[in-house]
Amino acid sequence: MENFLNQVLSGLATGGLYASIALALVMIYQATHHVNFAQGELAMFSTFIAWTLMQAGFGYWSAFVLTLGFAFAAGVIIERIIIRPIENAPVLTVVVVFVGLLFILNSLAGLIYGYDIKSFPSPFPEDSWYASRFLSAHEVGMISVTLIMLGLVFAFFRFTPLGLAMRAVAQNPVSSQLVGIRTGWILALGWGLAGTIGAVAGIMAAPIVYLDPDMMSGILLYAFAAALLGGLTSPLGAVIGGFTVGVLENLAGAYVVGTEIKLSVALVIIVGVLLLRPSGMFGRRVVTRV
Amino acid sequence: MSKAQLNVYSLAAVAIALLVLPFTLSNYHVFQLTMIVVYAIALLGLNLLIGYNGQISLGHGAFFAIGAYTTAMLVHLAEMPYWLTVPLAGLVCLVAGFLFGLPALRLEGLYLALPTFALAVATPQLLNYQRVAHWTGGVQGIMFDKPNAPGLLPLDPDQWLYFFCLAVAVPLYVIGWNLLRARTGRAIVAIRDHPTASAAMGIDNAFYKTATFGVSAMYAGIAGALSAIVTQFVAPDSFPIFLSLSFLVGIVVGGVASIPGAFLGAIFIEFVPNVASAISDAAPWAVYGTVLIAAMYLMPDGLAGIGRAFAKRLGQRRPKPQPSALGKPGRVRG
Repeated sequence: MENFLNQVLSGLATGGLYASIALALVMIYQATHHVNFAQGELAMFSTFIAWTLMQAGFGYWSAFVLTLGFAFAAGVIIERIIIRPIENAPVLTVVVVFVGLLFILNSLAGLIYGYDIKSFPSPFPEDSWYASRFLSAHEVGMISVTLIMLGLVFAFFRFTPLGLAMRAVAQNPVSSQLVGIRTGWILALGWGLAGTIGAVAGIMAAPIVYLDPDMMSGILLYAFAAALLGGLTSPLGAVIGGFTVGVLENLAGAYVVGTEIKLSVALVIIVGVLLLRPSGMFGRRVVTRV
Repeated sequence: MSKAQLNVYSLAAVAIALLVLPFTLSNYHVFQLTMIVVYAIALLGLNLLIGYNGQISLGHGAFFAIGAYTTAMLVHLAEMPYWLTVPLAGLVCLVAGFLFGLPALRLEGLYLALPTFALAVATPQLLNYQRVAHWTGGVQGIMFDKPNAPGLLPLDPDQWLYFFCLAVAVPLYVIGWNLLRARTGRAIVAIRDHPTASAAMGIDNAFYKTATFGVSAMYAGIAGALSAIVTQFVAPDSFPIFLSLSFLVGIVVGGVASIPGAFLGAIFIEFVPNVASAISDAAPWAVYGTVLIAAMYLMPDGLAGIGRAFAKRLGQRRPKPQPSALGKPGRVRG
């Protein structure tokens, strides 16, 4: 029983990571119907920036904030320069460009930082009062950071004019353009936010999975599963999907398939969701005019 | 020179080059040439699926791996002659592809890219699985002996393997070419261009999509089987996600929906990583990424498209415009 509880709780902790990346995927998907295959690499690269800043003598939280700024700018720049010209291109073009971006970010990190695994500090000291038998301090911190971030994202969408504009663009780009919203920049903003959310996930993940250019490949896969499970068009769904996938992954690893083939859990979830309920738990069905 | 003449001349030149080259090159270069032939088979299969049928797979490395492991296990455990394992590997992958393609009936474009991507990422882990390690050899993989040229043929083993692969590749290319020129091919392309219209014309979309997925997995599986025979070695690490994504690079660079393009793409993915990795570990990925994005903006029809443009200048008649998956008009948004 204790073991079970342990698995569930630490599943929630990693689930927070999946939820964050899934949320970043959904941010981009709902506005443009693109699944960003490079989302994980973008998060990885931002984490390297945080590492560099810390090596240069910045404190943890100042490096954290600067990195979020960098990730936001990187997201906006990528959208403006690389994604914008192919906004309405066929799916294959979009997928190919995203895979290209994945290659470039991964190799850039490899060229600059090498492929050695680096350790990454956690801001939550191990002997904190909130550490317990079931959850380490970092896991508690990770869940809290994820929840705070989700709260901020929710508040942004719910209570700010900019958030309203973003929701409008996701719903109906043409009409929002007619009422004077600058659709192009809203999409860029969406990319910036996705980059920022990804960066938080990367920085939180790094103390656990260690820092190297391939650190996000598994996380990205689970995030895909999470986003699909929750529904690619629903931010709330992505978050719930993320936590669900985290717990499922841990339980399946502990009791069903063993830890060595845990990645196939993601594969099974992805195929299962697409077969049984392609719009996910909370997504809306996409109806296309022919 | 008419286009038909040009085609015949270039085909003859390629054929002569393919037959003469192995006698003039060192063993290592013959090996590279063999791998080009092997990749060309996999790329043709993938092009059938992505280029002509419009379904996106990022996971054909998985079928390549299944083919390779089928051959290695049959040779190593069942002591079957290596040449007999190639059609069996093809068959296994045809079935595997058909089964994995079943979800493809309901999935379009992007939604198929996700599970295939997941399949490719999970493959090395699955091959490594301890409970099947007895058959798959676990992390160590499987090694077997290098086959010799049969009987009195005056070929050394490398040259023999080259001609063996070529003898498999040529019929597969002819089959692919005939398939696409015929009724089946038109159905496959119609589904890509307008699924609703093709269904209205009486094409069984679901059947053709699944079958195309199966056939393309079969091509990848046969290529995988040949690669196992050529290297006499399989291990989980030989089939990373990088392999699957290289195949995508290969068809984009060679030319989407182009048969000669599959061959050009194979040359690219065999040589470029070799040359680039001399610079640094990360360089092949950097080159691939840059080439992928540049190709989308600058040469959406790949090397084959550039070849066609060149032929157009040479030839008096305009070559027929080739259908291109990338030129397809239409909105992505729902």
